[in-house]
Order: sequence, then C-alpha cells, then structure tokens
Amino acid sequence: MPILLRLPRNRRESTGRKVLDPTMKAGHSVELDSLYGDYPLDYAFDEMREPSGEVRAQYRALAETLAALPADELHRRKQSVDLAFLTQGITFTVYGREEGTERIFPYDLLPRLVTAQEWDRIERGLTQRITALNLFLRDVYSDAKILADRVIPRELVYSCKHYRRQMRGLQVPRNVYIAVVGSDLLRLNNGEFVVLEDNLRVPSGVSYMLTNRRVMKRTFPRLFASYGVRPIEHYPQLLLATLRSLAPEGRPEPNIVLLTPGVFNSAYFEHTYLARQMGVDLVEGRDLVTHDNIVYMRTTDGLKRVDVIYRRVDDDFSDPLVFRSDSALGCAGLFNAYRAGNVTVSNAFGTGLADDKAVYAYVPRMIRYYLNEDPILSNVETFLLSEDKDRKHVLANLDKLVVKAVGESGGYGMLIGPHSTASQREEFARQIEANPRNYIAQPTLQFSRAPCLIDDRLEPRHVDLRPYILFGDKVNIVPGGLTRVALERGSLVVNSSQGGGSKDTWVLE
Amino acid sequence: MGSGIVGFEKAHTEKKDRMLSRVADSLYWMSRYLERAENAVRQLDVTMSLVLDTGGPNVETRWHRMMAALGKPEGMPWNGSLEQMARTLIFDPIDPLSVTFCVSGARENARQVREEISTEQWQRLNRLYHHIHSPHAQSQFSSSVNDLLASIIDGIYLFKGTTDTTMIHGQGWQFIRLGRYLERAYATATLLEVYQPELFQHGAQESAAHLYLEFVGLLRSCTSFEAYCQVYTADLSPARVLEFLLLNRDFPHAIRYCVDGARESIQGIQHTGGRRAPDELISGIGKLHAMLVYTNIQEILAGDAASFLHNIRAQCLYIHELIYRYYVHYSIQSALAF
Repeated sequence: MPILLRLPRNRRESTGRKVLDPTMKAGHSVELDSLYGDYPLDYAFDEMREPSGEVRAQYRALAETLAALPADELHRRKQSVDLAFLTQGITFTVYGREEGTERIFPYDLLPRLVTAQEWDRIERGLTQRITALNLFLRDVYSDAKILADRVIPRELVYSCKHYRRQMRGLQVPRNVYIAVVGSDLLRLNNGEFVVLEDNLRVPSGVSYMLTNRRVMKRTFPRLFASYGVRPIEHYPQLLLATLRSLAPEGRPEPNIVLLTPGVFNSAYFEHTYLARQMGVDLVEGRDLVTHDNIVYMRTTDGLKRVDVIYRRVDDDFSDPLVFRSDSALGCAGLFNAYRAGNVTVSNAFGTGLADDKAVYAYVPRMIRYYLNEDPILSNVETFLLSEDKDRKHVLANLDKLVVKAVGESGGYGMLIGPHSTASQREEFARQIEANPRNYIAQPTLQFSRAPCLIDDRLEPRHVDLRPYILFGDKVNIVPGGLTRVALERGSLVVNSSQGGGSKDTWVLE
Repeated sequence: MGSGIVGFEKAHTEKKDRMLSRVADSLYWMSRYLERAENAVRQLDVTMSLVLDTGGPNVETRWHRMMAALGKPEGMPWNGSLEQMARTLIFDPIDPLSVTFCVSGARENARQVREEISTEQWQRLNRLYHHIHSPHAQSQFSSSVNDLLASIIDGIYLFKGTTDTTMIHGQGWQFIRLGRYLERAYATATLLEVYQPELFQHGAQESAAHLYLEFVGLLRSCTSFEAYCQVYTADLSPARVLEFLLLNRDFPHAIRYCVDGARESIQGIQHTGGRRAPDELISGIGKLHAMLVYTNIQEILAGDAASFLHNIRAQCLYIHELIYRYYVHYSIQSALAF
C-alpha cells in the first residue's frame, strides 16, 4: 500500500512555469506554459519531465498534442468520459457511507508512458519474483525446506495470521498457488522501479485497466495510434486460459465460474465485467452446493458440476466449515471438495502468507534460495519490529518512518510518521511493544509523479503501477497495468477506497 | 472490447441451455418491476387527465380506484391534493407502489446479473434510474407532469427495445419475457376487476358522455384505445371493451395475448433447458390459455365476470409459484436424483 507524502517545494518550482525547450522538435515552437499551472519539479522523479524541465523523449508527442488542443477541449473530453462511466455503471462502492455509496472510479485523462526497456525489466523482474513466491508457498505448505535451512525464521511464518494449516500437504493443481497476482510497483528518485507489495490474495483493479484503455482509445485515437502502444485487451482471454489450465484432471470441458461476495462488494463491477468478458457464470456462495465432495451450482436445469472457481472471496469467508463459521458468503464443504481434488480454487487458500509484510522482507532471499539468481526488482527497505535492533531504531524514529500492520491491505492500519501527531505515535509505540510481530516499518518514500489534468491544467501527482500477472502453464503479464494516482494535491494514498484514481498505462513498442 | 473467447466454442454452446437459478430469478423480477412501473405511470397519467373533466366520480374516488387497480386498495391514504399524491406515487423511494421504487428494484436486480444482460440494456436502465433520481425530474414534475411521465415511459420502451435487439434470445430473455407477460396479465386482470362493477354492470344509468370518457380512460390505461378503434371502430360498448382487453389474440396488452406470450416463454425455457419436465407448470399455463381461447365474451358476461377475472389472477399467482418451484427454489435432494 503506497503512501504518498506532501513534499516541501524547493527553489526549482519557479522553473516549472517556463516555456519548454522550443528546440524539442524542429519547426515546432510549442507554447506549453498555459497548460502548466502549478507544476513543481523537485527531487521526486517526474514521469514526464527531466529535472531541468525538459519533456522526456517519450512524452513529447503527448505534450505537443495537449498544447495543440483548444483551451476547453480537454475539459470537454473529460466530461464526456465521466458521463460515459456513470451511465455504464463503472463504479465502485465506498464502505462506511450511507448515501452515495456508488461512485465512479476517478480517472485521469493523460496516459502514463512506460518505455520498452523499462517494461522489459519489470516483466523479467516480476516473472522471477512470482516464480520464487510460488515455490515458497509450495515449500512452506509441504516440506518447509526453507525453514529447515533457516533462510526464513520458522516463527515468522507460523505466526502469520494468513498461514493456513489446512493447506499442509495438500496437492495443488500444477503446483500453482498464485494464478492471479497484481503487484504494486513504485518508482524511486533514481528512476528505478521497486516492489512495494505482491498482492497474492484477491488483487483487484484489472477491469479499470481495461476500461481505461477503451476510453483512451476513444479520447485520443490519433495520439494512441501514433505511439504504437502494446495491447492489453486479451487479458480476459488469458485469464480464462489460465483457469482452464488449472482444471482438475479428467475434466476436458471444465465448468469455470467466478465466485463473488455479491453486489455489495466494492469490486462487484469488476467481477461482473470479468465474468462477462470471459463468458463464465458469476456465482455467489448461495448458488453453490456441495455433495459427496463435489461442488455444484444451482441452475434452472438442476445442479451443474463446477470444476474451477476463480475466487474473489477472501479465505476467511470461503467455507464456514473450515474458516470463519459466521460467514454466509462462501460455500459449506468447498474446502473438502478442494482437498479431494474435485474442484480447483484460484488463488489457493493461504497465499496471504507470502503477502505478509514481514515475510515480504525475505522475498529477495527467497529468490536467491529457490532460483539462485539476484533479484531483478528490489524491495523497499523494511524494518522487522520483532528484531530488537530494528525495533529500537524504529521507535526512536517514528516521526520519519511509515509503520504498517503486517496483515492489512488497502491502506488501513498504518502510521505515516511525518504526518502523525505525538499521541498517534505514542499509541503506535504502545501497540508495537505489545505485539512487535504485527508491525513493520519502512522509510517514507518519495516516489514518482506524473502529470494529471486538474482543473484544465497539468499538475504532477504521485503514482504507482500495478501490473497484472497470470500464472498457469507459465507466467504471463499483459504489457501495462493500472497506474494509480493520488489525485489530491500534495499527496495522499492511491487506494481507490481512500480517494485515489487511475490512469491508463501505455507500454511502448 | 473485441475479446472473443476464441477456441472455446464448445464450452459456449454447452452453456446456452441453462442459467443460474438466482440469475433467472433476478431477470424475471427486473422485468416484472419495469412492467409494474410502466403500468403505474400510465394509470397515473390517465387518472390525472380524467379529473380534468366534470362529471363522474370525484378525485378521491378515482384515486382509490387507481390504487385498487394497482393492486393495493389500502395503499397511500388520500390527503386531499392530487398533485401531492402523484408526487408520492412517482418519487417515494420506499412505497412499493411508487414508480421510483419499481425502477430502482428493476435496476437493483439488473445490477446483480450485470454480466447476463447486454451493456446497452444496462445503460438504458441505468439512465432511466439516474433520470428519475435527478433534480431535473423533480422540476419536470412541477412544470409538466405529462412530459415527465412520457420521458419515463420512453426510458422503459427503450429498455425493452434494446432487450429484444441486443440480448441473446435464450433462457435469460425468456425469463424476462415471462416476467413481463405475467405481470401485465395480472395487472390487466386487476384493472378490469376494479372497473368491472362500475362499467359493465350499471348499464345506462350514467350519462353517455361520461361513460364514454371512462371507457376511453380504461382503454388508455392499457394503451389500447387506438387498437380498439381499429378493430371495433370508436363505438365503445362494455362487451366489446371487455372482449378486447380480455380475449384479443393480437393485441399485446390483452390478457389472452399475455398468457400466450408467457406460455411460449415457458415452452422456450423447457425447450432450451429441460432435464426435469415441469409438468404442472406446462399444464397450469395450458389451462389458463385454454380458458381464454375457448370461452367467448357472451359466456363470460352471462356468468360471473368478476369471478372469471379473479380466477385469472389466482392462476397467474399459481403459475408464478410453479416457476419458482421448478427453476429457482427446488430442493437439492430432488435435484440430485437426476
């Protein structure tokens, strides 16, 4: 969960308003000044502009297009997109508000560009990482060699709240635990991408990636064509193929379904979207029945056997007989059917273990242990509060660090040091002393910003990048992902549950 | 997005012959709610135009008659102002008779089966929903109720049109059709039952002009005035009006037509799915069909017309129950037996 912080402006700010280098394209003296409102350039990496203010090579065509548009044209296009989102019901649900719980997903009109070289590194890095993480899950839930070899402390793994004892010794189809992953990447000051989170449970947002692309093609057709953007539209088909490849043995025409918690889930739009794009049934727990360790769904033509479940329901809520008994979202008996090998559930149960923010700190070591390779993508520096030395350092520097609860996601349960009050820090210090295993700390990161359209002007906003990785026969990553934006000035969190928005991500040929 | 499911045609063809029970349930109710909203709008429209003319029942009596025709005689107590009552009937978010409630109900059901209906359908319904909840609709009500009612009806028609042109005419479509026709048959039967004592039994006590307006109102409540004239000319007689709304084979708001439509849909569902033959359902809808096909208007008027109409409503309810018993709420034990 990226945290974005308000950064002090430095003296470079004044250069933000200067006319861009007129030599950037022969014969084109483009006056961009009017578009740039308050556009500070400081030590955070700017996706579009060099520290000198010059537009980066890949962004030049975009900058020219923007400069050539009539004053209110961008605004007009933005409004037409907003309206389209509303009538199409491309919305998400905000918890904890009674009125207006359905909102359109805030969306920025300018694409984020990723060059072929940058993407190549991301792709290789993520493939390596997902492969290692999958081997880790398989190892921990079978022989646990990595623990015996003391690469990762036994206690750390077994004390994780997402560790599922029920998975011990269970044979998972093709040994694939994490078929669908959405890792969060950040770009640091030096331009390097690092991994902030792996998101191995039920990552969401892929529908926004796909709708953003469709909207962008309509909004900037010529620009899009001129850029040579690599396509992402085949994601649903790849997902379907991935799920098919994981079907139980002897089911040549598997019945694949998408299991949703239902219409009140914040990602419900995405569930319906993916089900429709794949042409599979969208089921809720109440549609499923198990009998003799076989899962069926209730149809108008009686009970139909289910072979593969793409699960968008958390472990805890999936089967009241094995996990939380008070949950009505899942299907009683599902886990036993899964254990019997009669149904594939993706992602597997217990994958949240490798998502634990303390386990995260060991991923580079996993990569070396299982693959005997150096990690291509780095981690963010992480302090484990269960280690005495780390804890001492963190407690002394709470006002400079970010503290996160290890099992949470979505931006909840954390302390942002520089933004915190003394009493909040005291409260966290107490909680850390009481349960050090439950927390980690990271330095407050300054990560990259990209230009966004704010009130008819360009202003930089902090962004992350969430590519979507599929793992069936092999690892597949569609070139692109969801660029999430902290739309509020200064900076905030990028999570959609907390006011973030998104951008289309163009990976160039 | 053009991502077809290339190479998986087989899985697709296999899929066509059944759907999730919950989905069928939602499509059926989506359709019933919209039909109900349409009916409420049209009856309100007719009532508001009838009170403009002098003579005949007073406003309050008319309001109660309309409530009864909408199926809830005790619903929405009269408060003296037709405008306020109309506002409630259109905008009240809680009262199950209100247009807003029905449109929201339809949309909520559609939202739960978003993946089963086409994007075009969803957009029309979503637009209608946002329209009726907008400040614009409120101001339209104040400036011109007729425009507002017409725009709601337009929204519903657009949805029906897109349903027929953009959705696969498979089981889901049949459930939508089934919901529409059962709701309409039931509503028309209720309407006739409510009007029946006044219009079909008094004979010549009332003035001819007033009676004429009442008959026109009744026909317009079912959008059938022009259609009636095409068949019978503008000569309005009680027997003919009843015959037209009850027994006409070709007019979509006539009960006979609706029952035929529901029967075709049930056969369609049975044809596309159908491991378990829904014997009682087939015979239930068949009986209702036969009752309307093989009875003529003289027999109905010679006998007890009120109980004939009441019987139609009872049979519609029974058919609704049977649909649930066979397709939605069947017991797992009985399903496992197959």
